[in-house]
Parts: sequence; structure tokens; C-alpha cells
Amino acid sequence: MRKSKLGLDFAKVDEARRLAENIAADVQNFVENYSTVAVERTLCRLIGIDGIDENEVPLPNVVVDQVHNNKLLGHGILYFIGNAICNTGLTPQQIAEEIAKSNLDITKLSLHSIEKIQEAVMPYINATVERIKNNVKRRKELLETLGEGSRPYLYVIVATGNIYEDVIQAQAAARQGADIIAVIRTTGQSLLDYVPYGATTEGFGGTYATQENFKIMRSALDEVGQEIGRYIRLCNYCSGLCMPEIAAMGALERLDVMLNDALYGILFRDINPQRTIIDQYFSRIINGFAGVIINTGEDNYLTTADAFEQAHTVLASDLINEQLALLAGMPEEQMGLGHAFEMDPDLKNGFLYELAQAQMTREIFPKAPLKYMPPTKYMTGNIFRGHVQDALFNQISIWTGQGIHLLGMLTEAIHTPFMSDRYLSIENAKYIFNNLHDIGNEVEFKEGGIIRQRAAKVLDDALNLLAEIEKLGLFTALEKGLFAETKRSRNGGKGLNGVVEKAENYFNPFINLMKGGNK
Amino acid sequence: MSGGLYSMESKDFDKTLDLKKVKPYGDTMNDGKTQLSFTLPVPCNDEAIEAAKQLMKKMGFENPQVVYYKGLTDGFTFFVCYGSCIHTIDYTAIHVPKVDSVKMDMKECDEFIKQNIGRKIVVIGASTGTDAHTVGIDAIMNMKGYAGHYGLERYEMFETLNMGAQVPNEDFVKKAIELNADALLVSQTVTQKDVHIKNLAELVEMLEAEGIRKKVILICGGPRITHELAKELGYDAGFSMNSYADDVASFIAQEMYKRLNSK
Repeated sequence: MRKSKLGLDFAKVDEARRLAENIAADVQNFVENYSTVAVERTLCRLIGIDGIDENEVPLPNVVVDQVHNNKLLGHGILYFIGNAICNTGLTPQQIAEEIAKSNLDITKLSLHSIEKIQEAVMPYINATVERIKNNVKRRKELLETLGEGSRPYLYVIVATGNIYEDVIQAQAAARQGADIIAVIRTTGQSLLDYVPYGATTEGFGGTYATQENFKIMRSALDEVGQEIGRYIRLCNYCSGLCMPEIAAMGALERLDVMLNDALYGILFRDINPQRTIIDQYFSRIINGFAGVIINTGEDNYLTTADAFEQAHTVLASDLINEQLALLAGMPEEQMGLGHAFEMDPDLKNGFLYELAQAQMTREIFPKAPLKYMPPTKYMTGNIFRGHVQDALFNQISIWTGQGIHLLGMLTEAIHTPFMSDRYLSIENAKYIFNNLHDIGNEVEFKEGGIIRQRAAKVLDDALNLLAEIEKLGLFTALEKGLFAETKRSRNGGKGLNGVVEKAENYFNPFINLMKGGNK
Repeated sequence: MSGGLYSMESKDFDKTLDLKKVKPYGDTMNDGKTQLSFTLPVPCNDEAIEAAKQLMKKMGFENPQVVYYKGLTDGFTFFVCYGSCIHTIDYTAIHVPKVDSVKMDMKECDEFIKQNIGRKIVVIGASTGTDAHTVGIDAIMNMKGYAGHYGLERYEMFETLNMGAQVPNEDFVKKAIELNADALLVSQTVTQKDVHIKNLAELVEMLEAEGIRKKVILICGGPRITHELAKELGYDAGFSMNSYADDVASFIAQEMYKRLNSK
């Protein structure tokens, strides 16, 4: 018997979950039949293709573009690379280099049997699966020997636009008490249909997510982790047009947390819904296998829609995201489902409503390391009041046992955080977490009171919304603007031309090797 | 570190307000009291505190006080400081360019347009360039509006399109031509490395190249945008923080009216 401090009706929760399961299954039926240029480039990366050509085009793009331009990508990149190995005896990387030099067209080689082709690529596939398994093992060892911060994990961003400056900021933040460092990407990277290469020192509001930058930051956080005796998690953004490629890069470089949410890309970056939902499936398989905690972006709905009136859309979307993640084999313990503290500060009893919703979310997803987002919409530049708003947010987070606590900055809406802003925010959170540490165990909520009623209302509304979406299907629901008051057509947005229907020779052994986690 | 609860400083300065010589006010006229905080890239020690005080003096503060300091990480120290500013400003000589329209509420604005323009005004808005933030354009355009000020979508006499974020300038211009827009709203939230300036200037150039710059009312907005900056860049108006849909709507309606009458 599940116990609720809020008097939640768990029969309704189960019903909501069942509806979400149907919605996700419908999406999955579609996903299974398709691949994308991003998924195929990911496969290139996962069999060891890396680097750029003389025009700085990443080799995974060079290889996939060759097959896609010949309209054969439906057979899958592994088919053509495997066949090229059979023909040339070269490694995947050497094949990519030959293509880049225009010495080779892998769609024009004589075809070997599918068995031979699969046999040719399997050693490269197995090597990568082993490498990722070792990364998971290494993380586990470090967590056991160094230990980690207690939950809610303090999550801070670094966003200097220069990876080497980011390192200084990240190490400082870790020393001050941060548990998760998120390295913000440059504005606009989500719309690039390739992943830039190498260490980068430029960008707006952050620098590029590149594999080399991942490696530099990983090593810096391991170093500071040893110094302070605490494992520091590294977070980046596995979203946008290169979603699964970033997942692969993160798995290879032992990232720990990834923003990973197709719905966010659809609504806030106008990425084509079909493209990114297909991309998301493979990226979540990789993230699930690599032990990466994903963060979903529901909190952002409330930056465009009203946080009080539209709270149920967050819950409904969390439930759908949970089911989509389960279908990709991701354990609940890795689902950092998003929600937020974004109500208008002038709303009477706003704190009570926020508390109700945070506690409700906690009880509906008991195992998930929920990601709780601080106030952003109503941060005004009055840093003094902003610090108090963040303090209220901190209270709810510790009270309701959130998993990942995005630190609110008093200078939100002014600039990306200064080193001192981060210090003040961490101090604020630590003070409150310590002072109110066990409040959640001490307090239950009054029957028929404002808090219980609020939670029940949000659940009811979410249930109704899910019933509507189940009837429409997710793609139609997005077209009608049911989330974030934003309408997105299934054929609109960016990246649809990168979607291909799978053809008869298509194979991707990673799905079976990775799905179901790393056991 | 602080001087205690009660200030023992002598207050033998002139305590009368002189608008030609204005300085910060703490609790006594002309005390010049200012609070500030900053970080110096030096280790946290006595020399760091002295460095902070000397810097305060160079900034124009008398009696600099470091009331709190804290080492943030190796080689960085954070300070909270107070001092008395020695500088003054001639308030009477200040001139700030402002949007010169009378603010009307939604009803008045709709009525004004009905009476004086006689048709709906077509407005297109977007957060252009690489800027991914919709918060500004949404606050002005969305039905719901912001802080109790309804957005343009709710106005009867505005025909609106909010194109959202990360809209390339060329798409924006194309849409303006396609819909025969009367007014264009550009929101810029990300201002790092002055990316917004380049982007805003580029839009003006494109509109000029298409020959429609004079046909439209061109407005930009964002937390770091001033009316003065907007004018410099070739915009008709700029709106900053604490401006709402009714400010923008009133300006558009009155500017349209002005243009109709000057023809």
C-alpha cells in the first residue's frame, strides 16, 4: 500500500500511467520503422569513426551524407560500412577517411551477404559496448571510494563560452559544494546538424558540446573530486538535431547527466517532431546503458504557459516521458523528470501550491531523481528579492525530497552566473537544506486543506489531458498546442529531411546489446 | 568588520539636496553611501582586503569598508563593501530620449485604432538570430501577457503573429512582406559579446535592401535595450525592462496615426 502525505488517489495515478503507456506505445510503433541521419551518424561514432575532413566536416557526416545522397540510408550505415570492410579490409575510421578524400563510394561496392557484413562490424560494436561498460564500472568505483553529495544534488551551470575558463569555474563550484556541473552549450547548437570537433573557446552563453570538451571537463571534475573527496557529476545537453550523437559521446567520455527530451526540442527549438522522437529513442537506449541520468524539460512549459493554470501539463508530460524512457530500457532511477517552481510571486498562497505540486510529483515518481527547476520567469533583476525567491524554492526542494536541484541564481535574468553568484546560491541552498533537513518526515498535510486539494486538482486535470492525448495521439496533440501553448506540426520544424524509413537490410545490434541496462 | 550598529562618523557635510550635485543616499542627504560587491582574482588574505579598499578609493569612494569577504576557490576572493561616493551628477542637465506616446490600456488602444486607423494593425514578432529565449516576445504578444498586462494577441485591433525564437532575420523579413506587416517586434535577450547589436543592425539593413524599412514600424525590446540604443540602430523605438504590451501597443497605434496624418 503506497502512502501519501497528500491523500493522493493512487487509483487515479495508475489510470494516468496506463493512458501514458498507451500514448508511448503508439509513438513507439511509429519509431520502430524509421531511422535518421543523426542515428546513423551515432552508429558511425559508436564503431570508432571520429575526426573531420579538410573542410572541418565531421567524418560521421561525410560517411552518412554519402549514403543518404544516394538515397540508400534506409538500409542503415552499418550495412554499408560492414560491406566496405568486407571489400577493403579497412577499419571503419580508415573507410571514413577514404570517403573524405573522395577515394571511395561505399554504396558502389559489390555486396556481400548480410551475415558476412554483420560479422565484419561486430568486433567494433563489441569493443565500444565494452568501453562503455568500463565507464559505468569506473563511475561505480569512484562513487564507492569517493562518495557523493546527499540529495538533492546541487546542480550548477558553467557558461563562460570557453572550455578552459569553464574548467576553472566548474572546479570552483565543486569546491563550494556543487554536485553536478552542467556545461552550457552555445546558443544555437541544438539546430546544427553536426557536432563540432575539438576543444573550443568560443560561443554565446556557453561553448560547443564536443567530445574533446567532454573529455577536458571530465578529467577536471575527476581531479577536483579526488581533491575534495566527492564524485562530481558532469552534465551536458543531449537534445537538438544531434541528440543521439551527443548521447554516444557522453557514454564514451563518462558523462553522468544529460538533458534528453524530444518534447523540449519540439516545443522550444522547433525541431521536427518525427525526427527528434526517433532520435530520442536511440539516445535513451544509450543513456540508459551508460548509467546516465536524463533530465526532461517539462519545467520549461511553465516559462511560456502559466505555472498555476498549466501545472497539469507538466505532470502529464512527465508521465509520457517516463513511459517513453521505459520503452528505451531506461531504469526509473535514471529518470530526472522535470518540474518547476515558477508561479507568479504575487499569487496568494503560491508557496502552498508549489509545495503541493512538488510533493505530488515526488509521490507519483517515487524512484526518479526528479529535476526541480528554480524560478526564472519572475526573476526581475532585483537580486535581493531574487535571493528570497530562491530561498522559498530551496525550502520546497528539501521538504519534498527532490533529486536534482537546479540552483537558482540571484542574478537570473541578468547574466550567466559569476563565480560569486554561484557561491551565494550554494550557501543559500546549503543553509536551508541543513536547517530544514528532516522537515519532510515531520509534516503531513491537512485533510481538505489547500495543499491536498491542489494536488488532487492537478492530478485530475492531468488525467483528463492524458485521456485527450490518448485519443488524439501525441503528434496530433502537439499540433493542437496542448503543451506549453505552442503548436507544432508533425511535418514542420527543422530536420525532417533527415528521416528515413528502414529498408530490408537495416540492422542495429546496439539496440539489443544496450537495452535493458548494464547488467 | 563593520563599524558597529551606530555610526560614529562625523557628518559635517552639507545636508541640503542640490539637484545639480546629486550623490547616493544612505540615511543622510549627501552621505554618498553605496553598497557593492565584487570578486578579485587574488588569494583570500589581508593583502586581498587592502587591495579591495584601494580599488574602492580608485572607484571614487571615501571611507571604503569591506564588511564581508570570502575565498571562493584558490586565488579568488569575494567582497561585500560599502563606501561614500565622492562624485556627483547634475540631475538638471540630464536628457534621456524616450518613446513619446501616451500610454493607453487595451480598451482605449483598441478604440483609438478603430477611430483613427479604421482597420486592424498587423504585427509580427520574433526573437531573432540565434537567441533561443521567447520570454520577452511572449510577454508582449501572448494572449496572457505578463504581470497583468494582456498581450497583443488579446487586442481586438491587432492581427498578430508570434514567430517564436531563433528566427533568422531573412525569414522574419520574408514573413513581413508576405503578411504586409505594419509593425515588427524584435526581442533580444541574449546580449553576450554584443551579439544582439549585430543581429539588430543586420535586420535594418535587410529591410532597407527590400525597400520596406520606411513602410513598417520597427521596434526592438529586451532587458539590455534602451530607446536611445534602438534609435541609434535605426529602429523607431526600443523597450526595456518594465515595459509591457500596453506600452508597445500604444506606441504602435499612435505612430501609425502620426504617419497617416503626415502623408
